[in-house]
Amino acid sequence: MSSSRLRKLGLLCALTLSAVATQTAHAGKTVDAIKQRGSIQCGVSTGVAGFSLPDSQGNWSGFDVDLCRGIAAALLGDANKVNFVPLNSQQRFSAIQSGEVDVLARNTTWTLNRDASLGLSFTGVTYYDGQGFLVPKKLKVTSARQLKNAEVCVQSGTTNEKNLADYFRSQNVKIKPVVFEGFEASFKAFFSGRCQAYTTDISGLAGVRNKEAKNPDDYVILPEVISKEPLGPAVRRGDDEWFAIVRWVAFALIEAEEYGITRANVDAIKAENKDPAIGRLLGSTEDTGKLLGLDRDWAYRAIKSVGNYGEIFARNVGPESVLKLPRGLNNLWNKGGILYAPPVR
Amino acid sequence: MRQTLFRWLPQIALVILLALLLGWMGHNVLENMRGRGIHAGFDFLRDPAGFEIGEGLLDYDASQPLWRAFLTGTLNTLRVGLPAIVAATLLGALIGLGRLAEHPVPRKLCGALVETLRNIPLLLQLLMCYFALTSLLPEASEAIAPLPGFLLSKGGLFLPALDCTQTCMLDLPAAEGFGISGGWSLSPEFLAVLIALSLYSAVFIAEIVRGGIQSVSRGQIDAARALGLRPLQVLRVVIAPLALRAIVPPLGNQYLNLIKNSSLAVAVGYPELVSVANTSLNQTGRAFECIVIVMAVYLSLSLLTALLMNRYNTRVALRGTR
Repeated sequence: MSSSRLRKLGLLCALTLSAVATQTAHAGKTVDAIKQRGSIQCGVSTGVAGFSLPDSQGNWSGFDVDLCRGIAAALLGDANKVNFVPLNSQQRFSAIQSGEVDVLARNTTWTLNRDASLGLSFTGVTYYDGQGFLVPKKLKVTSARQLKNAEVCVQSGTTNEKNLADYFRSQNVKIKPVVFEGFEASFKAFFSGRCQAYTTDISGLAGVRNKEAKNPDDYVILPEVISKEPLGPAVRRGDDEWFAIVRWVAFALIEAEEYGITRANVDAIKAENKDPAIGRLLGSTEDTGKLLGLDRDWAYRAIKSVGNYGEIFARNVGPESVLKLPRGLNNLWNKGGILYAPPVR
Repeated sequence: MRQTLFRWLPQIALVILLALLLGWMGHNVLENMRGRGIHAGFDFLRDPAGFEIGEGLLDYDASQPLWRAFLTGTLNTLRVGLPAIVAATLLGALIGLGRLAEHPVPRKLCGALVETLRNIPLLLQLLMCYFALTSLLPEASEAIAPLPGFLLSKGGLFLPALDCTQTCMLDLPAAEGFGISGGWSLSPEFLAVLIALSLYSAVFIAEIVRGGIQSVSRGQIDAARALGLRPLQVLRVVIAPLALRAIVPPLGNQYLNLIKNSSLAVAVGYPELVSVANTSLNQTGRAFECIVIVMAVYLSLSLLTALLMNRYNTRVALRGTR
């Protein structure tokens, strides 16, 4: 090997070394990075009706999308300063670990394993879901326990796959999973007749039935709910400031519903309000924002731009949407549900 | 002696440097992951997998450790890869010979087949195959029987199997409950992958076979004929040995491609290695480790294939020129 070639090789090695070495440096604080960038990187699904779905113009809408918009309104003052990054279920955790996204709002179930070992923290539950089954009516199945030897279409890389195995093992019923990588492929195979049942979160089942089935009435959702699926946003571990902002924006939106503050009346309430609790939330009497590193109007702006929790629910998955899901567990604690936000004070 | 040392010294230094570099990068990755609160290491392979795998050669269920799931996936890759290699070789040889036929009908037909199949991405062919199988075929309860004892439906192809648990008897598939039970079943996912992989690789192999045969010089064939050999004899004793030398090395490449292409099976839900690894990755969150395992398995399979093909190549190669 000639000396000039050796020198070139040495240079190459040095370059590679320095490229790898810089990776060891820690990322700056998330909030500083967001402010400098001027937008939030929000990791969403590649398309789940009601939660995050782009329209033909590329505008995202959905439950998770609105949450990110609310956070952007609170932190940056503009609900549109969000860059949505579609992630499949395999990419999602790597994307948050590596810093590609600031917050993962991607109908992701909060579990111990994910919370404790993946370098991320769930900030709370924004949607209580559960896993169920969709079957064609003509099979005359009324319970999941009757699915003996049936083939069940399921998407890979979800908690659903594991729940499916757990549930049927506990019931001592043998089934055969047909596992697809994509959400699309999994329900397409089901509707083509490849599987006798389809399983995912019940919110997803309703969406798939109403949007994708040729005739939605030909399919029924079985009564069994086989798992708890608390969905919520997650952030990278170790940045408490950012964690608190994501967590408290969600709480503020729930609290706004409790006080009856909506997108339409928030200005009027802010102007005329006498209730000190509302004054604290909207920043008209007390400045709660400074404790979070935000200004005093943070919650006001979030509510003004995306509405309270109930409005977000109704618009994306509730009566005003195609999914028409009932509030169920996702109602306020004083209205029969289990949504209970700690007080903003 | 000194000269040899000087020749080897830079090489050895380079290897050491590369090893150090790789080690340092690996160390950095682990260190960074630990710093961000991400668990690292391969200990998770001993945990119970927790998910079922639809089909496989092993007796596997969700309570078994993850490494068994990876093994099941690897075997599923081979289960579709090896028959596809055999089918692609046979089909490829046939199509290749067809392209050299003197009669224009088989020649043009094989030519059209080659040009169509090799110019459409494999993933699309795979999806087409799968949708054809699952959309056009009837439900399991109305399965069609192409041959007595064979049942074909959306649930796949069911063949009669020999059941020798007590006394040997033929186990015939029959409709039962939601599906078909008994017999030997091949899922539509498996069939789609097998068909698509075989056809796609076959047309490339056909071109290699054609090129190999055409590389045999005209003079050799004329000489063989002049000696009075019959056409089949010419093919067997003159063309084949000479053509094989040109065919075998690129054929090995096609086999390697075929095995790696089988990873596309994940798109139609066939539980091969990548599919199992993706699921494990999601259940455990160990992205780095799962991808390392997949790479290691593919590398081993490919190296093994390359080794076998090289062995075969030295057997057919021209002696004395190396």
